[in-house]
Amino acid sequence: MCAIAGAVAAKRAAFDHSVVADMVAALRHRGPDDCGMRAAAGIALGHARLSIIDLPGGRQPMCSPNGSIWIAFNGEIYNFIELRADLVRRGYTFRTRSDTEVLLRLYEADGDGFVQKLNGQWAFAIWDEMRRTLLLSRDRFGVRPLFYTTRRDRLLFASEIKALFVDRSVTRAIDPRGLDNVLTFWTTIPPRTLFKDVHELPPGHSLTWHDGGVTVTPHWQPAFRGDEAPPRSDAEWLEELRARLVQATRIRLRSDVPVGAYLSGGLDSSVVTALMREAAGRPSSTFSIAFDEPEFDERVHQQAAVRALGTDHHELRCAHADIADVFPDVIWHTEQPLLRTAPAPMFLLSRLVRERGFKVVLTGEGADEVLGGYDIFKEAKIRRFCARRIDSKWRPLLLRRLYPYLPDLQRQPAEYLRAFFHVSAGDLASPLFSHLPRWARGRRLRLLLSDEMRAALDGYDGCEEIASRLPADFSRWDTFCQSQYLEMALLLPGYILSSQGDRAAMAHAVEGRFPFLDPDVVELAAALPPTLKMKGLDEKHLLRRLARDLVPEPLWRRVKQPYRAPDGAAFFDDRRPGYVDELLSPSRIARDGIFKSTAVDQLVRKFRERRCVGAIDNMALVAILSTELLVAQFINGHGKEGYEGMRPRAADVHPQ
Amino acid sequence: MRECAHELRTFIRNNFLYGSDSPEFAFSDDDSLLERGIIDSTGILELIAFLEARYSIVIADDELVPDNLDSISRVARFVERKLQPAA
Repeated sequence: MCAIAGAVAAKRAAFDHSVVADMVAALRHRGPDDCGMRAAAGIALGHARLSIIDLPGGRQPMCSPNGSIWIAFNGEIYNFIELRADLVRRGYTFRTRSDTEVLLRLYEADGDGFVQKLNGQWAFAIWDEMRRTLLLSRDRFGVRPLFYTTRRDRLLFASEIKALFVDRSVTRAIDPRGLDNVLTFWTTIPPRTLFKDVHELPPGHSLTWHDGGVTVTPHWQPAFRGDEAPPRSDAEWLEELRARLVQATRIRLRSDVPVGAYLSGGLDSSVVTALMREAAGRPSSTFSIAFDEPEFDERVHQQAAVRALGTDHHELRCAHADIADVFPDVIWHTEQPLLRTAPAPMFLLSRLVRERGFKVVLTGEGADEVLGGYDIFKEAKIRRFCARRIDSKWRPLLLRRLYPYLPDLQRQPAEYLRAFFHVSAGDLASPLFSHLPRWARGRRLRLLLSDEMRAALDGYDGCEEIASRLPADFSRWDTFCQSQYLEMALLLPGYILSSQGDRAAMAHAVEGRFPFLDPDVVELAAALPPTLKMKGLDEKHLLRRLARDLVPEPLWRRVKQPYRAPDGAAFFDDRRPGYVDELLSPSRIARDGIFKSTAVDQLVRKFRERRCVGAIDNMALVAILSTELLVAQFINGHGKEGYEGMRPRAADVHPQ
Repeated sequence: MRECAHELRTFIRNNFLYGSDSPEFAFSDDDSLLERGIIDSTGILELIAFLEARYSIVIADDELVPDNLDSISRVARFVERKLQPAA
């Protein structure tokens, strides 16, 4: 729920607090129910609220009875009931039923280290007037966003970047490395963002500000065992996973408003929906996306799940034109270029959820990362297998089993498959082995950059940066866990939970909750023997066994199909919105100076002439359009119109 | 054959490298297009579509092998063979 924003200055010299009111106004889409601000000399915290727990009592910013500690909080603490009971035993008293007050009290009781006790998704700011110290913190996987920038002796922070740009003194410029990162990894390497001087507080980190000094420290990072897993039978692992998932789902139903679910028709969301029904004792309301193109559509599976689980189902039909129409709005929310349009239908889906009266949904997000579902894990396994017998004629044929949903790849002859997935000795030795083929595409996309951007990159290599930051014991982990780590550290927080998660949902004030990312589930999954994650080529093996007791056979047997949406083609329908041609015109491209206009022209002609286009062309087109939209909205323009008049009114501002 | 090789080079440069002559992707007529990272798994289908349209030939499934298609010179020789009237 919600959005936070604020500013703090080293000298008590008051800055103009109205800038924080304007920052809150820029974030009202995340918290339309209420807003507030608290300010004193040299400090202001602001909050926009989406009311979910303790509707009357949870107003923010909240402060301690003596007024010395303030908090602005975006998120949910699922174990707040247990934490509160513990604090009551220790003699603390409470004025509300909200999880926000539990955070406030826990900080008073335990100090900065209290975040270790939290099970939830959070971004919060705590101001300690006695110590004149600001604490910012973000949950383990970065479900909830938080950005900051420092201006002279001031620190500004906010849930979204657009709020930082409300302060006109903040630089508005593209960071070439940020753009290069997105072209390779689909996201920037935190704390870098697309924008120069704007930093992301990395997932699992806290920031302390005191007297102008900033310290950023990790409180959690994905980690795996370097030694053997504890001896347990498969049945014991299964029982433990079931117990933890049941509990993770149960506490995620804590809410004073109704909770729905996203149902994609795949294994993960079917399991979540089934567990919700068990926990709540009644069927839930579910939401899904339907496409006209059979290549993307999963309706058959969705309907099977709806019948089996008896849900009250709502379906969003998504056409090419819908994607092109909402794309600028989607980019306004992602604040990061995209290589796929997949967040656009998710944006439309959250609008439907909201229209049907829901503010909260549970989803299956995270299962592929923590329990081993992604094709990239399978691909790495097969590539290693082929590399051990380079001359084998039949081993490469396994590669056909990799991507059953990609007709183009199915048509490849075996000789070609072998060549495409060719593994060199150097690749085999790389810690980034699993991701090298995916990330190599970034080299081709970089050809689209202008000479100035390429010169500014000056030989920078994002893969080297990733390799230099791996955990100390990474090389001792099983290779399967190494590939999991790379997904959990980059794509999951930076794209899945952000562009396709928080941003797509919060655009319409809808909160996602993810049982598979519960810390107890993640901890168990990290200790699982890799063969229980992927047995042979059977992905999410243990979860599939768990699903046998919950959903009908066709659903638990189903092979993973990643969620995809029409990409480049969505922008070349005859009825396309005017911005497409405008943003792709050679003069516009040349003026903005990010991309090379002759290269963009070659690409656009491929689409216009309806020639055969490849995966990289689609990524290139979506990347160019989204980047040019960001330049138009965030660098050259002053954002989307319409948030004026939504700033906290004088009556909502609580002076110290 | 020289003319065909020239056309192929232009097609590959414009179609896969967006007209760029970046040294990172420089390639000789004998270089493997796969190993140089120029053609990927969907790229081969683009190349086939181009050859079939440009030279009015039909390429059979069993001809889709790197021996025929994985360098400029190999493709040029392959196209030349396809264009010769059957003996």
